[in-house]
Amino acid sequence: MAQHEDQHEQGSELSDVQLRVRALETVLTEKGYIDPAALDLIIETYETKIGPHNGARVIAKAWSDPAFKRALLEDASKAVRTLGHESRVGDHLVAVENTPRLHNMIVCTLCSCYPWEVLGLPPVWYKSAPYRSRAVKDPRGVLADFGVKLPKDTEIRVWDSTAETRYVVLPMRPPGTDGWSEERLAQLVTRDCMIGTGLPKNPGEVA
Amino acid sequence: MDGIHDMGGMDGFGKVEPEANEPVFHAPWEGRVLALQRAMGYAGAWAIDMSRAAQERLPPQVYLTASYYQRWALAMEHNIIERGYAGEDEIAGGHALRAGKPLRRKLTTEVIKDGMTRGSFFRQAQAPARFKPGDRVRTKNIHPTTHTRLPRYARGRVGVVALAHGCHAFPDAVALDQGDNPQWLYTVVFDGRELWGPDTDPTLKVSIDAFEPYLDPA
Repeated sequence: MAQHEDQHEQGSELSDVQLRVRALETVLTEKGYIDPAALDLIIETYETKIGPHNGARVIAKAWSDPAFKRALLEDASKAVRTLGHESRVGDHLVAVENTPRLHNMIVCTLCSCYPWEVLGLPPVWYKSAPYRSRAVKDPRGVLADFGVKLPKDTEIRVWDSTAETRYVVLPMRPPGTDGWSEERLAQLVTRDCMIGTGLPKNPGEVA
Repeated sequence: MDGIHDMGGMDGFGKVEPEANEPVFHAPWEGRVLALQRAMGYAGAWAIDMSRAAQERLPPQVYLTASYYQRWALAMEHNIIERGYAGEDEIAGGHALRAGKPLRRKLTTEVIKDGMTRGSFFRQAQAPARFKPGDRVRTKNIHPTTHTRLPRYARGRVGVVALAHGCHAFPDAVALDQGDNPQWLYTVVFDGRELWGPDTDPTLKVSIDAFEPYLDPA
């Protein structure tokens, strides 16, 4: 679908959807409901300021600061709020911790609920039918799609975000990172490892 | 409603295909749709549950073939027209023909920080909580034809309350314009075998966030 759209939009004609959205914006602006300059700012914020790097900072801090980790697991909204992100965190963020025996994975089977405040906007695959349908029934199969294989006896805990609570995974700190600064640790934290479809990078993968 | 949006456990959709170096938006109009939705939400034009309900009511063939932001745009049009914020004639013509309806507030660049903060769904409790972490509960076997957040795969199943999240606005009521009707919210954990049968991977546990009206003691 995405490919089809791209081809469509590369043509000289504006696509139907593009025209329709433009019409909506014009009508809503003329009605006085919205300010296009505010829309520009929202888009710019999501394109340049809010993204997985925000979450990576949170995880790296939790890896290096035991008091922050406790606070994060106790009340993630409160703990993350103290870091002052661009998109201020709401009231309903929960951090769930991976251990050698337990692997967490986040999904929204009903729509696309995702912790925007710490990860930015969700990738297309997270919102897609394959992920939403299979994550709750065959999470190991989904992990295989991502090239991740976990020990057979690791408990897989899938969190279906069916209300306004938002979940973020606190992955295990990779071995061989003793003494690393938070900034350096943050480079190991991928978006997918905070969703639970991936693992953090190995120390050797970053400079 | 038992709609196509309720995808948990369905087969046949194929592999998950991550896109390398995915852009935030695949076309500029996607960003406009997201920002429009955000601005209209901030203005109090409709609640997020009403957006979800409008998407769920799209014909299944549309839901499955439209892209994510196309679905948003279709749902937004629906809410704009149904709630009288603009007419079909105005959207078709691309210009306002009549004055707008009053809205609670407007998202401007001055209040953008406010607009980027996620709203709170906590509400004043109307009754004490019936359940606490550790309680065994059975989800109700209900099939409302309107908006609900109890997925099909988790209906009529026994699980354990793991977390209590306080009292929240109840989406099933909000989507019907019946007000917040605050309800206690819990994370309920199910054994994979309770959901998918005895052959299921024994290491699987799945939770949903369930509002109290979805639950009975078990």
